[in-house]
Amino acid sequence: MTGMFRKLYFFLIGLFLALPMIVVAGVSVNEKQTLAFPPKGFSLSWYGEIFLNPEWRNALFASVTLAVLSAALAVAIALPLSWFLWRRVAPWANIFQLIGVAPFTLPPVITALGLLTFWATTGFYGQPWTAVISHAIFFVTLPLVTLSLGFTAIDRSLVEAAATMGADDRTIFRTVVLPLILPYIVSGYAFAFVLSLNEYIVAYMTVGFVMETLPIKIFNALRYGYTPTMASVTILFVATAAVIFSLVARFGDLPKLLGAMASDDK
Amino acid sequence: MRREAPQKIGDYAPLFFPATMLIVFFVVPFATMIAVSFFQRQQGGFYVPAFVLSNYERFLSLFFANVLGFSLMLAVVVAICCVVLALPFTYLLTRMKRKVQIVWLVALLSVLSLSEVIIGFAWSTLFSRTAGITNLLVMAGIMSEAKALLPSFGAVLTGMVYQAFPYTVLVLYPALVRLDPTLTEAARTLGASPVKAFFTVVVPALRNTIVATLIMVFIFALGSYLLPQLLGRPQHWTLSVLITDQAIYQSNMPFAAAMAVFLVLVTLGLVALTVMAGRKGEAA
Repeated sequence: MTGMFRKLYFFLIGLFLALPMIVVAGVSVNEKQTLAFPPKGFSLSWYGEIFLNPEWRNALFASVTLAVLSAALAVAIALPLSWFLWRRVAPWANIFQLIGVAPFTLPPVITALGLLTFWATTGFYGQPWTAVISHAIFFVTLPLVTLSLGFTAIDRSLVEAAATMGADDRTIFRTVVLPLILPYIVSGYAFAFVLSLNEYIVAYMTVGFVMETLPIKIFNALRYGYTPTMASVTILFVATAAVIFSLVARFGDLPKLLGAMASDDK
Repeated sequence: MRREAPQKIGDYAPLFFPATMLIVFFVVPFATMIAVSFFQRQQGGFYVPAFVLSNYERFLSLFFANVLGFSLMLAVVVAICCVVLALPFTYLLTRMKRKVQIVWLVALLSVLSLSEVIIGFAWSTLFSRTAGITNLLVMAGIMSEAKALLPSFGAVLTGMVYQAFPYTVLVLYPALVRLDPTLTEAARTLGASPVKAFFTVVVPALRNTIVATLIMVFIFALGSYLLPQLLGRPQHWTLSVLITDQAIYQSNMPFAAAMAVFLVLVTLGLVALTVMAGRKGEAA
């Protein structure tokens, strides 16, 4: 009886999570440019449209470039910071950890508006590279949290052994720390990459008037009428996220990663 | 190698790049925003440096009070819905096989990473007349005619619960993983049904976690900037939507900044509450 109830409960939650995606997947295979569900006819041409239509292709290219670069910059900011906090006793330096977590804790519109006023004041407003820095700051929380988790997991006796054998900081970092921390770098990068790909408000407020990322393109398309391409892009995004998170789960310890991530949030 | 305090100035070198980036591109923009909130707006969307309180004075209107009241009410309802739905779910999830857990976690993360644009688009499709869920009901013979379910408060609420549900599960997950399983076992041995054990043992044991989660989901829901706009009517706009609208479409940066500062203060107050709730939990 309770087993039945539990299955039904999980089924309903699963349905709630999947239903919008099922309908959108249905819409995305319409034969004509209509937003019908169940779909009328079957065609995968709307998926081709993402790559063939120059507007959508440019948006895809902009989004992927932005995500690749900003996630890399986020990791570049987070790695030395969390290494320093792990290696040194410097309580005041924790303030930077706090600043790094702030953009993710505050409502996103605040970070977006702060960056908008900043870029407008400095005169760089609209430059594509400002979006890279903005996203890197906005998402630095993710590698910061995975990396501080990774560093606490390192057995200090390993490092001590290396130091006793005469290795300096640089050698220890390259031969001991880096191999141990690599999975956490990768998962931090993956989280930042996927979220940057999907991010709308910060991108819109920094470069929204001069270039379109995919979420901006979808939003603009929403205002000027529907096209099934929006549906196919959505499915592409969900699939990308699912594949990347599956890979993280396959090569890392996802429950552990999430167990610590959320507790760090508090 | 033990952790040690930095000996010489060179030991601080690794801190240089991260600290510079965070200060220049987060602290300074934040300060810029606060400064702009006191600036004087000019016709045509520009603003000049000044120190005026007129942007803050606009909070004293009935319109603003309505928006604020609605934003807070909506975020409270979303937080309660999410925690009520997610608490038993997360509890049961942590008791499942590892492999099953991972599949659910991947699915939840995928939904969580979706942008609001996509969630808004997906639900507006689901609630639309031409492609909506009502078509399925018509096919099943339950309804006679398909109809649009949006814009409406129900649509806004559904979309926001959808957005915040995975977040709620992931916030609850670590606390529930660590929950001592012998607690419920003891209750079961003494003859409590699983449902009774859940409500009389698990829920009280997690009281502080639940309060902290409610506040975190509340803050998360306050940040929703597109769903009320895409799925609701103008009276369903929240503070976040209004800030975006003022900054982008009305080009009134000083007023948008003033509202953002206000939103930060509300959020920080709530974070302080969360921390205090957490402290109490540790003491107990």
